[in-house]
Amino acid sequence: MITFDRVSKRYAEGHEALSEISVDIRQDEMVFLTGHSGAGKSTLLRLIMLIERPTRGQVIVDGVNLAKVGERGIPRHRRNIGVVFQNHQLLFDRNVFDNVALPLVIAGYEHREIGRRVRAALDKVGLLSKERALPVTLSGGEQQRVGIARAVVARPRILLADEPTGNLDPLLSAEIMQLFEAFSQVGVTVLIASHDLALISRLRHRILTLRNGRLVGAGS
Amino acid sequence: MSAAENKPRRDGASARRTRLRHLLQGWLAHHRLSAADSLARVLDHPFSSALTWLVLGIALALPAALTVALDNARALSDRWDSPAQLSLFLSGSVSADEAQALQAALQQREDIEQVVFVSRDAALAEFSALSGFADVLDTLERNPLPDVLLVTPLPGSDAVTALYAELKGDPRIAEVVLDMAWLERLNTLMQLSRRVVLALGSVLVAGVVLILGNTIRLAIESRREEIVVIKLVGGSNAFVRRPFLYTGLWYGVGGGAFAALLVAAALWFLGGPVTRLAELYQSNFRLGGLGIMGSLNLVLIGGLLGLAGAWLAVARHLRLIAPR
Repeated sequence: MITFDRVSKRYAEGHEALSEISVDIRQDEMVFLTGHSGAGKSTLLRLIMLIERPTRGQVIVDGVNLAKVGERGIPRHRRNIGVVFQNHQLLFDRNVFDNVALPLVIAGYEHREIGRRVRAALDKVGLLSKERALPVTLSGGEQQRVGIARAVVARPRILLADEPTGNLDPLLSAEIMQLFEAFSQVGVTVLIASHDLALISRLRHRILTLRNGRLVGAGS
Repeated sequence: MSAAENKPRRDGASARRTRLRHLLQGWLAHHRLSAADSLARVLDHPFSSALTWLVLGIALALPAALTVALDNARALSDRWDSPAQLSLFLSGSVSADEAQALQAALQQREDIEQVVFVSRDAALAEFSALSGFADVLDTLERNPLPDVLLVTPLPGSDAVTALYAELKGDPRIAEVVLDMAWLERLNTLMQLSRRVVLALGSVLVAGVVLILGNTIRLAIESRREEIVVIKLVGGSNAFVRRPFLYTGLWYGVGGGAFAALLVAAALWFLGGPVTRLAELYQSNFRLGGLGIMGSLNLVLIGGLLGLAGAWLAVARHLRLIAPR
């Protein structure tokens, strides 16, 4: 589903964030990406989302070589990927419902369909009762779950998460991980960047470890 | 069997149609949403929005008011325009009979509307009655005035000039006076004024576009984070652009409406005195306004300028805002 073929990324200032990364993630997999901060976890996710482009090598997502996706194709590409951000990236002047509905509005879904899907997604993350609340009135864990609901509401085939449990206590973190596992079980490819080794080693999934931009452990 | 074969294909085609219809509905829905949301944002800050409207209104009202003034001046000058009159002063050797024969001949021509014969005696009588020099004139040995034919050509400036040239060559006619010079001066002045209004209008229109561009730029800056999020979850540039274009449209439409109001107010303010002045000149002239269509056009132009300004700002600034 996601293939990296000898991918390197060197930033303009000369820092090589990723070197010679080759990895293959199957459709039904849930994979953790770990490593110290600055090891290249975020860069790898950003290459999949086409926020960055690789300096060398090829990234293939869902059968599409991203080198062939032009500037105009980026929005369509991103619509096929659900992303959960560490800092949530919610719109603070809109309520929970409107935040979760955003990907559907962008994709041009019809009004009633949006309502149905948003409520289904909010139900899945246990926030159905908060749909009219503004994000600032929610706790960190709740905000993260709004972010997850938004990431999955358009039923993407791939779900990326960048430090989704970064600011959460262990109990909440475990709950969030269970949510991701549930999505993985219904056929969504899940890739989670996290440095919470204690948490991710308890879950039995493949772990990719980055060190100074290189993959060191390609198994689990 | 053929029905069974056809079925999946038909389903595929109709599914595609349904999907297209859904996309269209979604697109329309987002236009509705953007329009309503932008309007709500504009109305959420009534004071600053009203200020923007007023600035745009004044900038649009100036050229509009000048255009209205020019239209009125043209309406006024049109009343003098057509009957440019030729005065034919006949030679002293032409007898009254010959003069009347010439009048009859000219009257037959297709490019002449009317020929009035004023005999030298009638002219002298009229002059002495009107000038108050009757006593002086009585002392003259002979009438110094020539016979005159007053020719009213059919409207059309070229024909008048041709007629002028032709009549000038006639030996029976001593002099042809065509009093067109002042009319030409007036027309040239009007053309000059139109140019000035056009230039001023262009400058002010450019000002409107730049003001709006700046207003929209500020709106874009204040929603920078939102734009980043929308781009992160797959919003296209068109999607991000839409609400800002509508914001520009609402500002422009409001500015156009303000301009129409300002022009109407100015006309109302000047209408009374102008009518009284016209009455003093025995004219039934009335000040013409923008009218309903003119006002709607002004609103439309405002809206288009708003869109243009928004487009300018959006094209420049949205590209620079990308997820980091």
